[in-house]
Amino acid sequence: MGKKILITDPERCTGCRLCEIVCSVKHDGVSNPALARIHVVKWDNEGFYLPMRCQQCREAPCLAVCPKGAIRRDEALDCVRIDDERCIGCKLCVQACPFGAMGWDAERGRVFKCDLCEGDPQCVRFCDMKAVDYVEADRLSCVRMRQAGEQYSALMRRYGRG
Amino acid sequence: MALNRNIAYIDLTTGEVRTEPIPLEWRRKYIGGRGLDAYLLYTHCPPQADPLGPENVLLISAGLLVGTMASASARTHIMAKSPLTGILGSANMGGFFAPELRWAGFDHLVIRGQAERPVYLYIHNGEIEIRSAEKLWGSGVYDTQDLIRRELDDPEAQVLCIGQAGENLVRFANVMTGRKNAGGRTGMGAVMGAKRLKAVACRGTRSIAIRFPEEALEYNKQIIDQVVSTKVSQIMQRWGTGFIFGVTNTTGLVRCRNFQYNQLPNSEDIECENLDKVSIGLDGCFGCQVHCRHRYIIPEGPYAGTYAQGPEYTSQGAFGAEVGCRSLNTVLVGNHLVNDYGMDTLEVGSMMAWAMELFEKGILTEKDTAGLRLAWGDDEAVIELVRRIAFRRDIGDILAEGPLGAARRIGPQSLPYLIHVKGMSNLHSDERPTPALALNIAVSSRGADHLRGRPAIDLYNLPLPVLERVYRNPDGYTGPLTNSYSEYEGKPRMVQWQELVYMAVDSLGVCKYHTVFLSPNHPQFKEFARLIYLNTGLEFSEREIWDAAERCYTIERLFNLREGMTRRDDWLPDRYFDEPTRLGLPVARGKCIDREKFRAMLDEYYRLHGWDENGVPTPETLERLGIAALKPAA
Repeated sequence: MGKKILITDPERCTGCRLCEIVCSVKHDGVSNPALARIHVVKWDNEGFYLPMRCQQCREAPCLAVCPKGAIRRDEALDCVRIDDERCIGCKLCVQACPFGAMGWDAERGRVFKCDLCEGDPQCVRFCDMKAVDYVEADRLSCVRMRQAGEQYSALMRRYGRG
Repeated sequence: MALNRNIAYIDLTTGEVRTEPIPLEWRRKYIGGRGLDAYLLYTHCPPQADPLGPENVLLISAGLLVGTMASASARTHIMAKSPLTGILGSANMGGFFAPELRWAGFDHLVIRGQAERPVYLYIHNGEIEIRSAEKLWGSGVYDTQDLIRRELDDPEAQVLCIGQAGENLVRFANVMTGRKNAGGRTGMGAVMGAKRLKAVACRGTRSIAIRFPEEALEYNKQIIDQVVSTKVSQIMQRWGTGFIFGVTNTTGLVRCRNFQYNQLPNSEDIECENLDKVSIGLDGCFGCQVHCRHRYIIPEGPYAGTYAQGPEYTSQGAFGAEVGCRSLNTVLVGNHLVNDYGMDTLEVGSMMAWAMELFEKGILTEKDTAGLRLAWGDDEAVIELVRRIAFRRDIGDILAEGPLGAARRIGPQSLPYLIHVKGMSNLHSDERPTPALALNIAVSSRGADHLRGRPAIDLYNLPLPVLERVYRNPDGYTGPLTNSYSEYEGKPRMVQWQELVYMAVDSLGVCKYHTVFLSPNHPQFKEFARLIYLNTGLEFSEREIWDAAERCYTIERLFNLREGMTRRDDWLPDRYFDEPTRLGLPVARGKCIDREKFRAMLDEYYRLHGWDENGVPTPETLERLGIAALKPAA
């Protein structure tokens, strides 16, 4: 099985924010979107919803900026992880992340980010719409291609051979 | 934890704000949300208060499970004495306001007094600020939320507000949050308008601790699976509540042309399947996997391109069957306008339909309507009438008074055509073929209403063992039950049971689509007990939740009796008894309610609640429920 990646689809998202709550309950035992590793960004005047979360970058700015080597790549899970033991709480990573995916828990004085729930992301498990999904990376483009090609193929099947 | 949220007492006259913890004893007796609101209203609102005066108490609350892992724990409850009915005012809405209120540190707001100039409240992590709303006054619901978010520089703030209808004291003005979440019924928006309270905004980052997080996570997954595994949820996930219109209209259970017919023929254009053409996707309230409403763009006419949400099946009735219209665009525009002006779509539809029948009968003429011809199926007249009601222009000013207020101004000859109970209009459903549903609207504690106790599953003709599994628990009812919806026997029990299960979900802050409303297999008392325990650590047995619900429903009854309601008000308009239905399937055609059998149902209903033959709770009942000493607070 190929490595999996977390993807989000605004076309499917209904904006319910259940992903945020299961995330904070799973990681911190509380309901609090401010502690969630995923957040549904909403454009309420248009009804457009986009779940945002860590992209697990290959060239991760958070990792690059950390002065203590407290952020590293977990190649097995294809995930950028925090080593709480080494973290000094300087928050440079919070500022460096271009997606706002690194959070700061002021109460406990530590940074936090998506850890893919060790390979079983709860946001994916609870999203009935599959607006958040965890899929094999090498199959992703093939699925997208099929979706994108559907209309074209329907036309071709109908008129193409004529 | 979920139990450390506070109650805030806010006086808009003096600007005083006081915060207090919620005693655990209140949780055990009244749970939270609507249940605790009922207790607070009874004890804080002085008897015979003017609903639009400073002495009326406006309660805004989040139920006990709001914001937790409980599925669809999204509901905000709003209560006050109603300016529409003069008895209990109560409205309930989804969206994202209630969880945000909890993250901001509060479960209940008790608002009294009257501000000198328009204000709004900003609630942020335990702080409550009274801010000027001068610049917001005059704005619709959409703009108000936008302007507040801009002023606070916080696009994540959640706002509950009134539109122009609330400002203009339309007696069925509602309270809104988001594009379409409406605390719709009994005119709570007019209470806000009278207090010059334009909005309440909140934003919070305070954790709600979950007592047993791992188990709660797993149990909630199980509950979601239980809910979405039912056919009715799957249909709702795909089509929204609009599907109900098609089903009930086909049968002949839909009010058409006020109350003249019970079916709208050739209704294809306004059926839910057609919404696909204008829908850009479905929309979920907080934590809900049923996501029962559409996001849509109005396709044509003066409002083309406007983004709105809905329409619910009630709007298909209000801007379709009731007024004899058959245009999807009219339903979409009407739904958008009532949401932006902030008015109850059910009341608006009913008032318009009534006015049209009066026009047809010559009781209203063009002289009364400033030249507007109120003809059945006239799409433009319908939309114009919505505007006139919101802004109280000519005939709109009369209709804005609500059923009884308007009838007083038009004259007694208009009364026989009015479809209301206790001064509140019924939704667009026709209950003549369904005695159980008819009993529900007659006895509901807030006037004609399906969300107080409708045994909707009675319409399914379910096998008796299924009904027994639902309606015999948790108090061991041994009386009759019947499964044909044409019958009268056993129906009072269904209504009483539904009243209490709805009181329980309203107190927990969970949506009715996640309890036994449209499916007998959805969560109820047993599941509630487990959800409360895993989320909060509070141990309630099924029976204790039932008892708390009964206690709170009885307090609502006591409030209504105190404000002058009597047995006579638990009754239907004469047309239910005297005019047989004309259309529909054989099971629904030629039906009306039998007076004697209905009276017997009412007696039985009172008996089940422990109320005497006049509908007054007996001393024994009050003693058993521990509310014999309930008195107004000093």
